[in-house]
Amino acid sequence: MSDKRTGSIIFSHIEPFAGLNAALSKTKIDILSEVRNSNLRGRGGAGFPTGIKWNLAASAKEEKKYVVCNADEGEPGTFKDRVLLTEMPEILFEGMTIAAYAIGADEGLVYLRGEYSSFFPRLEKVLQDMRAAGRLGKDILGKTGFNFDIQIRMGAGAYVCGEETALIESMEGQRGEPRNRPPFPVNTGYNGYPTIVNNIETFVNVPHIILKGAEWFKGFGTEKSAGTKLLSVSGDCKAPGVYEVEYGTSIRDVLAMVGGENVKAVQVGGASGVCLSAGEFDRKIAFEDVPTGGSFIVFNQQRDMLGAAENFLEFFKEESCGQCTPCREGIPVLIDGLKKIRAGQCRVEYVDDLLSLCETMQMASKCGLGQSVPNAFLSILKNFKNEYELVSSNK
Amino acid sequence: MNKAFDESSSRAPVSQRRQTVEKTNPNDLGAMVTATIDDVTIKVPFGTTILEAARQAGIKIPTLCHHDDLCVAGVCRICVVEVDGQRTLQASCAYPIFDTIKVKTFTPRVRRARANIISLMLRNHYGECYSCDKNGTCELQKYAEEYGITDFKFGHDNKPRYAIDTSSYSLTRDMDKCILCKRCVRTCIDLQEVGVLEAVNRGAETKIATYMDKPLDNVICINCGQCVNRCPTGALREQDATDDIFKAIDDPAKHVIIQTAPSPRAAIGEEFGLPPGHSMTKKMNTALKRMGFNAVFDTNFTADLTILEEGTELLLRLKKALVDKDSSAVLPQITSCSPGWIKFVEHFFPDKLDHLSSAKSPQQMFGAIVKTWYAKRNNIDPANIVSVSLMPCTAKKFECERPEMNSSGYQDVDYALTTREMAHMIKKCGLDLPNLPDSDFDDPLGVGSGAGLIFGATGGVMEAAIRTAYEIVTGQEVPFEKLRVEPVRGMEGIRSAEVPITKAVDAWKFLEGATLKVMVAHGTANAKKVMEMLSAGELNDYHFIEIMACPGGCIGGGGQPLPTSLAIRKARARAIYAEDESLELRKSHENPVVKKIYEEFLTEGPCGHLSHELLHTSYVKRGKRIGNKKS
Repeated sequence: MSDKRTGSIIFSHIEPFAGLNAALSKTKIDILSEVRNSNLRGRGGAGFPTGIKWNLAASAKEEKKYVVCNADEGEPGTFKDRVLLTEMPEILFEGMTIAAYAIGADEGLVYLRGEYSSFFPRLEKVLQDMRAAGRLGKDILGKTGFNFDIQIRMGAGAYVCGEETALIESMEGQRGEPRNRPPFPVNTGYNGYPTIVNNIETFVNVPHIILKGAEWFKGFGTEKSAGTKLLSVSGDCKAPGVYEVEYGTSIRDVLAMVGGENVKAVQVGGASGVCLSAGEFDRKIAFEDVPTGGSFIVFNQQRDMLGAAENFLEFFKEESCGQCTPCREGIPVLIDGLKKIRAGQCRVEYVDDLLSLCETMQMASKCGLGQSVPNAFLSILKNFKNEYELVSSNK
Repeated sequence: MNKAFDESSSRAPVSQRRQTVEKTNPNDLGAMVTATIDDVTIKVPFGTTILEAARQAGIKIPTLCHHDDLCVAGVCRICVVEVDGQRTLQASCAYPIFDTIKVKTFTPRVRRARANIISLMLRNHYGECYSCDKNGTCELQKYAEEYGITDFKFGHDNKPRYAIDTSSYSLTRDMDKCILCKRCVRTCIDLQEVGVLEAVNRGAETKIATYMDKPLDNVICINCGQCVNRCPTGALREQDATDDIFKAIDDPAKHVIIQTAPSPRAAIGEEFGLPPGHSMTKKMNTALKRMGFNAVFDTNFTADLTILEEGTELLLRLKKALVDKDSSAVLPQITSCSPGWIKFVEHFFPDKLDHLSSAKSPQQMFGAIVKTWYAKRNNIDPANIVSVSLMPCTAKKFECERPEMNSSGYQDVDYALTTREMAHMIKKCGLDLPNLPDSDFDDPLGVGSGAGLIFGATGGVMEAAIRTAYEIVTGQEVPFEKLRVEPVRGMEGIRSAEVPITKAVDAWKFLEGATLKVMVAHGTANAKKVMEMLSAGELNDYHFIEIMACPGGCIGGGGQPLPTSLAIRKARARAIYAEDESLELRKSHENPVVKKIYEEFLTEGPCGHLSHELLHTSYVKRGKRIGNKKS
C-alpha cells in the first residue's frame, strides 16, 4: 500500500490475513452478526446492507453457493477500485474468504473489468501465494471442512455488466443483460445457486470489521451510513486522486481537501449520479443524502454543464444493454432534446414531455442503469437554468 | 420412454432458464398467497406472477413482450404496475408473488409510463399502418389506440433503417417494424430450439439478427413460422403469394385448382371473428369456388394416400428387419410430412435421414397427382394447371420450391398459401365466410377420410397410420372406442404408445405376437429430444415416430391465424377430432378414390414403381454450414 494514503478504515494499517485468522476462530453466526451490526452497506452505490445480503445467502439451503466480487469498476470518473486491486488485493481476497466462510460458499469469482486485464497476472500471483500458504484451498488454515478458492473472470468492457445480474449473465457466458428481479442473486444467482455479489470496497472493509469490531466501525460516519467512503476525485481541482472520507463529509469539505476552487458544480456518482451546484455544497456524502459509488467530478466556472450532460447521455447511449424500451429508446430522445435545448430551439412544452419521459425511465426501466440515466440530465437542467433558454409557449 | 413433456411448460433459454421461482423457498411452493390488485383480493399459488394473478382477477394489463408460450422476458415494460412498498414500477409479467402484495395497475404514473413507452416504440417504428399486413391485428397499434396516442411525441422515423429481407421462400423480415420484444428470439431459441435469431449490438443500436446478419435463406431457418405467429407487429410475416393467385385466377388460359389442408378449415373462422374451434370446411369450399378456383380439392385425399404409401413402407421395413433379418432396414421410421421438421433434421441430424419415410408430404403427393393423373383424366395440359395449396404452414412455401418436387415434369405445387393469406383473399372478394352456404369438394380429388383430416393435430398421422396398419395386419379394426386412438392424442410434447398385435392375417404372420412401439413429438424442441434419444440408441425398439415441427401439430402451424396459445390450439384440435367423428369414411385404406387410383394409375400398388417416381422423395444432408444458395 502506498504510504501517502491515509484514512480511518480502508487506508488504516492492517496486517494482511489477520482478519481471516480472527474470523476462523469465530462461528459463522458471529461473523454474520458482526457484519450486520456494523451496518456496513454496499459500496458499489446502491447501498444494500451487506449483513442482510449475507444472511439471506447463508440461510439458503443449497449445497452450492458463490461469493462474487464485482470488480467491474466502470462508472465514469471512478478509479478507487483499481487502487484497491493494485495496492491491497490480499485484503480483498481475505474479505471474500471471510464471506465464503460466513455464508458457506466454496467458490469465489472475481469479475474483473476488461480494461483491468493488466492486473490479472499480479492478482493471480496473490491467489497462488494464498493457496501456498493454506489460505485458499481445502481445510483453510486448518479449519476442517472449510474449502474455498477464488477464480478471476475477465469482463469484456460492457458498463452494464457492473449491474450484478448482468455480471452473472456475463460470467455464465451469456449476453450481458440484467435479469428480472426478484428472484435475487442471493437465492438464484450464478448458475442458479445462491450468490452474493459485493463491490471490492465492501469486501475490503470486512477484515477491518472482524478485527476491530462493529462498534469501532460504527464510530465512523453517520447513523445511517457507517464507516468511510473512497472517493475518486477528478476534474478541476489541484489534487485529484483517491481519498477516504467519513460518511457525512460535506461536498464543501471534500473540495477544500482536494483544492477545488472556484467550483461551479460537482458530479457525484458518475454518469448515473447527480450534479450538484454551489448552493448544494453543504450536502453530505451519505446514503441518506448524496449517495455515491465513489465518482466525484469537479467542474469549474468555465465548464459547459449542458455539454457535460450530453456527454453522460452519449455514454449511456453506447452502454445501455438495449433490452428494455425506456432505456434503449429513451436515451436517444433525451440526447435529441438536449441538443434542441442547447441550440435554443426547445419549446417549454417539449421539456415537460422530456421530464415525463425521465420519470418513466426512472420508474419503468428494467435495471439500475436505465433508472439512473436521467439523474444527471435532470439535475443539470434544474441547477443550471441560466445556461439555457427555452422557447416559450406563446412564441 | 416414460418422460412426458407438456407443451405448455416451455423451457426458458439459458439466460432465463434459472429465473424461475422454483428455487425460491421450495417449502413455500404450493402455498397460497394473497394479492390485492386494484382493490380485488384473490388468493393465488406462491410464485404466480402479478400479470397472471391480475388475469385471474379479471383485470387486464397490457403486454407486448409477454407470450403465454414463452419464458418471461420483462423487456418491453408496458406491463408495469405499482407494487406497494416498491420504489419503482414493476413489470407485472416478471414479478412473482411470494408474499401478501398490493398492486395498482392504472395509477397516473403507470398510465404516463405506458403512454411514453408506446411513444418510444413508435419513434423508430417505420412504416404506415395502412400499408402493413398486420393492420388491424397489430398489438402495438392496438395499444397506441387504447392509450390515446395521437401524435409522435418523441418523433418518428421518416425513412427506413433496414432493408426488408425477402430472401426466404417462406418468411420476410422487416426490422423497421421490430419493437425488440424478443418474442421471435425466444420462440426460435426456446420453443423450437433452432436458434436462428438473437439480439446483437447494444443500446440504441440493438437489433434482432441472424448469424452474421445473413439473409434468412442463408441460415439454418427451418421456415416453421412460429416466430411469425408470435410477432406482435408486422416485422415478421409470410411471403405473400395472394397477388400471384389472383393473377392466375384472372387468366382464362389457366386451370387453377386448390387443395386445402385440414388445419386451415379448423382455424380460418378466427379471422372472421369466430371463436377458435369452428370447422369451416363447407363454407370455405363455397368461398373458394366463388373466388374462381376451377376446382376445390381436399388434401385429406393425399393424406390417405400418404398413409398407404408410408404405412406400406413401414411394413416393408419391418419385414426386411424381422423376416429377411436384413440389418440395413432402418427403424424406427419417422414421418416426413412436416417440411419444417424435414429441414430441421436435415440441418441438425443429417446422419439420421435414413430414418425418414421417403413418402412425400400430402401437399406434394397432391401436386404430383394433379399434374399427372388428374390432368390426363380431364384432358388438361399440365403446363396450364396452376396448382395451389391452402396450408396452415409457412414451410410449405419452401417445400413447393424444393428442386426434388417436380416429378410431374413441372413444379408439382405452384403456390402454398397460408390460412392468413387465404382469409385476406376471401375478405378482398367481399365474401362473408361465416354466412356462406355449404358446398362440397369437387370430384375426384375431394374425397378424404377422417383419418386424413386428423393429420392436422399432433398424433393424427400416427392415429391414421395405426387405424390402417392395424387393420391390414390383423384384419380387424383398431381396438379403440369410436376409433379414438387415445394414447397418441393430447398436447404433451412427447408421447409414446404400444400397440400389441395378438393375431395377424397370413400375409403379415411374422408380426403376430409383436408389439408395435410408436412415439409422437411436436415442436422441434421436443423433436430434438427425440433425435438425441435416437442417437443415443434409446429408441432401438421403436418402430414408428411421428414428428411435427410446430407446437400442437399443423393446427398450430406458422401460417395459422393470430394469436396462438395452448387453449386455442386445443380448440382447433377438438374441431378436427369432432369433424372426424362426424364422417362416415374414417380410415385411409377405405377411401374409394385412393382405391381407384391404385387400380387405374398406380397399378403396382403402394411403394410400387410409379409411386416411387411420383409420391416419394429424397432428402438433403444440409448440416449447419450453408452455402450461398437458397437453403
